[in-house]
Amino acid sequence: MKNVVNRMDLQFPSLSVNEGFARGAVSSFLLGLDPLVNDLADLKTAVSEAVTNAVVHGYRDTVGTVYMSAKIFSDGSVSVKIRDKGCGIADVEKAMEPLFTTGGEERAGLGFAVMQTFCDRVKVVSAPGKGTAVTLYKRLSQKRDGE
Amino acid sequence: MNLHLELKNGTLTAALSGDIDHHAAGRLREEIDRTAEKVRPHTLRLDFSGVPFMDSSGVGLILGRVRLLSMWQGKVTVCGLSPQLRRMAELSGVGATAKLEDEERKKVEL
Ligand SMILES: Nc1ncnc2c1ncn2[C@@H]1O[C@H](COP(=O)(O)OP(=O)(O)OP(=O)(O)O)[C@@H](O)[C@H]1O
Ligand SMILES: [Mg+2]
Repeated sequence: MKNVVNRMDLQFPSLSVNEGFARGAVSSFLLGLDPLVNDLADLKTAVSEAVTNAVVHGYRDTVGTVYMSAKIFSDGSVSVKIRDKGCGIADVEKAMEPLFTTGGEERAGLGFAVMQTFCDRVKVVSAPGKGTAVTLYKRLSQKRDGE
Repeated sequence: MNLHLELKNGTLTAALSGDIDHHAAGRLREEIDRTAEKVRPHTLRLDFSGVPFMDSSGVGLILGRVRLLSMWQGKVTVCGLSPQLRRMAELSGVGATAKLEDEERKKVEL
C-alpha cells in the first residue's frame, strides 16, 4: 500500500489570473521532491490545462470556486485533483477526444490530450449541472547527483 | 507577459515573452491582431524565444493567427520554441504538418 506522505489543499476564485498562481503553487509544493525539470514542467502544463478548463468551461458565464488538492505518495508518485462546481460535462468520452472543443475559434481542443500525454493517468468525473473533477497522476523521477 | 511588434519588409515579427496561458493569450491576441489587420503583412513571425512556459492556449494563439493571416493569403512562421514548447506544438499537429527548417533556430513553417 502506498501512503500519502504530504498534501496541499487550495481554493481560489475562477479568475484567469489564478491560472499562473495554481501551476506555480503545485510546482513549489513539489520542489522538495527534487524532481526532474522536464517531469515537473509536464505536470505544470497539465495543471494549467485543467485549471483553465474550470475557468473557461466549468464557470463559463460566472465566477465560482476552483478546488485543488495535491498529494505526494510514499512511492514518490503524485496526484493533483482540480475540481469545479460548474456546468459539468455531458459526454466525457467525447470531450476528451483530441480537437473536440465547445470553446470556439481561439481554443484548440487539446487540453485533455495534453493532460493525457504529459501525465501517467488522468481521471475525469463529471456530472451536468454539478461540476467536474479531474485528477492527474504522475510519477516524478528524481534528479540524480550531477544532473 | 510582454509583446514587441516590429514590421520589416512586409514581415511582422511578434516577439513574445513570459508565460503564455489563457490569461495572457487574450491580450496578446488583441494586440497582434490590431496591428496585423492594419498592416496586413505577408508573413507573421511569432518568436517564442522569451517564452518559458506555454499550454494549449499558446497553440490556440498560433492557430488563430494562421486563420487570420489566411484572409489575405499571409502565412505564419514560428520560431524560438524551447524543447518543452516544441513538444506542445508537435502534439497539436502544428509541428507535425510543419517542417523544422533548422534545429538551431527551431523554426516551424506553417
Ligand atoms: N471543467 C469543465 N467543465 C465543463 N466542460 C469542460 C470542462 N473541461 C473540459 N470541458 C469540455 O471539454 C472540452 C474539451 O476540453 P479540452 O481542454 O480538451 O479542449 P478546450 O478547452 O476546448 O481547448 P484547449 O484546451 O485546447 O484550449 C471543452 O471544450 C469543454 O466542452
Ligand atoms: Mg482546455
